[in-house]
Amino acid sequence: MTPYNPFNRNFGSGTRTKAVRPDMKWHELTRAGNIYEPGNANTYETGDWRSIRPVWNKERCIHCLFCWRYCPDASVIAKDGKFETFDYKHCKGCGICAKVCPVNAIDMVSEDEIEKVKEANKDEN
Amino acid sequence: MKTKVALTGNEAVAQAMKQINPDVVAAYPITPQTEIVQIFSSFVANGEVDTEFVAVESEHSAMSAAIGAAAGGARAMTATSSQGLALMFEVVYIAASLRLPIVFPVVNRALSGPINIHCDHSDAMGLRDSGVIQLFSENAQEAYDNMIQAVRIAEHPDVRLPVMVNMDGFITSHAMDVLEVLDDETVKNFVGTYVPEDYLLDAQNPISMGNFDMYDFYFEHKRQQVEAMKAAKEVIKEVGKEFAKISGREYGLIESYKLEDADVAVVVLNSAAGTAKGVADELRAKGIKAGVLKPRVYRPFPQEEIREALKGVKAVAVMDRAETFSTCGGPMFADIRNTLYDLKNDIKVVNYIYGLGGRDLRLEHVQQVFEDLENIRKTGRVDETVKYLGLRE
Repeated sequence: MTPYNPFNRNFGSGTRTKAVRPDMKWHELTRAGNIYEPGNANTYETGDWRSIRPVWNKERCIHCLFCWRYCPDASVIAKDGKFETFDYKHCKGCGICAKVCPVNAIDMVSEDEIEKVKEANKDEN
Repeated sequence: MKTKVALTGNEAVAQAMKQINPDVVAAYPITPQTEIVQIFSSFVANGEVDTEFVAVESEHSAMSAAIGAAAGGARAMTATSSQGLALMFEVVYIAASLRLPIVFPVVNRALSGPINIHCDHSDAMGLRDSGVIQLFSENAQEAYDNMIQAVRIAEHPDVRLPVMVNMDGFITSHAMDVLEVLDDETVKNFVGTYVPEDYLLDAQNPISMGNFDMYDFYFEHKRQQVEAMKAAKEVIKEVGKEFAKISGREYGLIESYKLEDADVAVVVLNSAAGTAKGVADELRAKGIKAGVLKPRVYRPFPQEEIREALKGVKAVAVMDRAETFSTCGGPMFADIRNTLYDLKNDIKVVNYIYGLGGRDLRLEHVQQVFEDLENIRKTGRVDETVKYLGLRE
C-alpha cells in the first residue's frame, strides 16, 4: 500500500490516547470517541444526580447482600461477604436496594434532609 | 490476467465480492439487490469463499451485524436498496461515526410511496449527509471496479469510513453488459488483508467503541469525520492510480467528457451519463460544443475538480434523479450551484429532475436539455431554473 501524504498518519483521524483533556483540540482527541482506558466511567460522579439517598440501618441488616446484587449502578460496596457502605459518589438514589431489602434495613432519605443536618452540624462546630 | 465476460451488474458485484472474500456478510433481500446476496450465498454454500454469511431478519440488523463484525476486526459487507437502506438509516450513521470500513453496494431504487421498485437516486441521496463515502457507477464495469477499490479506500488509515457503491436498479443491476474482470489472485493482492488499528477482539489492548458523548466533545468527533472525508479525496485518487496499473482503467473523483472546450454541459450520475455522452457525441458531430460531467464520487463532494472542469462552460444543466422537496431543485443541483458560485462569472446553471421511479430517460429528453442550454447560452436568459423531464404536465 502506498504511504499517504500530505497528512500525517492519524492526523485528523484522532489519536489513541488514554487520557483525554478538555484543552485538547479535535485532532488530539481519540478517534470516534474510542476509549482506551478501562473503567473510566468511575470518574463521572453520577451521585450528583441524586435527590434521595439510601441510609443503612446497621442493627437490622442481615448481610444477605440482596442490595448489592440488585443495585444497577454497582454502588453498594461489600467486603468479606458483608455490607460495607454505599458509594455516594455514584449512587443515583433509585431506591431499588430499599425495595428489595427483606428486613427493611435501608431507608430512602431526602437529600434536602441530609443537607439540613449537615448545615446544622456545621453551625454547631 | 483479465477476462472479458458478459454479466449483469448484480452478477459483476457478486463476482467482486467473491474475489474480495470478506470475513462476514450480513444481508437481507430487497429488489433489485437480492441477486447480489443470492449469488454470493451460493459461493458461500459451495465453499468458494471463506465468508461467514449471516442471514439476518432486517436491513437494520444487516448493518448492525456488519458493524459488530467490523468492530470486532473483521472485513464486513452488506448490500441493499431503497426501503432497505432507509431501514438501516440510523445504523449507517453509526458505521460512519464508529469509523468502520464497511463496503456496501446499494442498487439504487426509488423510496416509497407509492411503492416503486425501479431506479432513482432517492435512496442514496437520503444518506448523503451520513458521513459514508458514496461512489456512483455508470455500468457493470464501473460497479465491479468500484467495489474492489472501495475496500482499499475504506480501510486506508487516514480514511476509515464506510463506502457505499451505487449502481442503477434494473438498468445496471439486471441488464447484461460486457466487462473485463480481473483474476482472483490480482484482486486478492490488491485488496490485501484488513489490518484494523482498533478492534474489540484484541484482548491485549481492551478498548471501548460506540461510547457516549456530551456537548463538550461530540462536535470534535464530527470534525474528525470531516477530516477523514477530506483525506478520502486524496486516497481515492491514489487508489485509482494503483488500480489503473492492474486493470488499465484509471479512476478519479469525476469523469470529464469533452469538457475542455465545451460551451454547454450536463452534470449527471450513474447510467444516464452514458445516454448523455451519446447525445453529446451527436451534437459534437453537428458542431455544438457539448460536454458531460459525471461525478464518480458524490461524497465527499469533489468541489475543486468540478469547478475546474466547468469553469469555461457557459450553460450547465444538472440532472437529478431525486427530489429534495425543497421546491428549489434536486440535491446535486444545490451542490453544483454552491461549487460554481465562487467563480463569479456568468455561468448559467439550471436543473432537470428526471427518471423518478424508473421513468425512462430517452435520448430525446437529453437532446431537449442540450437544446435548452444552447438557447440559454445564446440569449443569456433562463426562463425556468428547475424543470422536469418526461413528466406528464
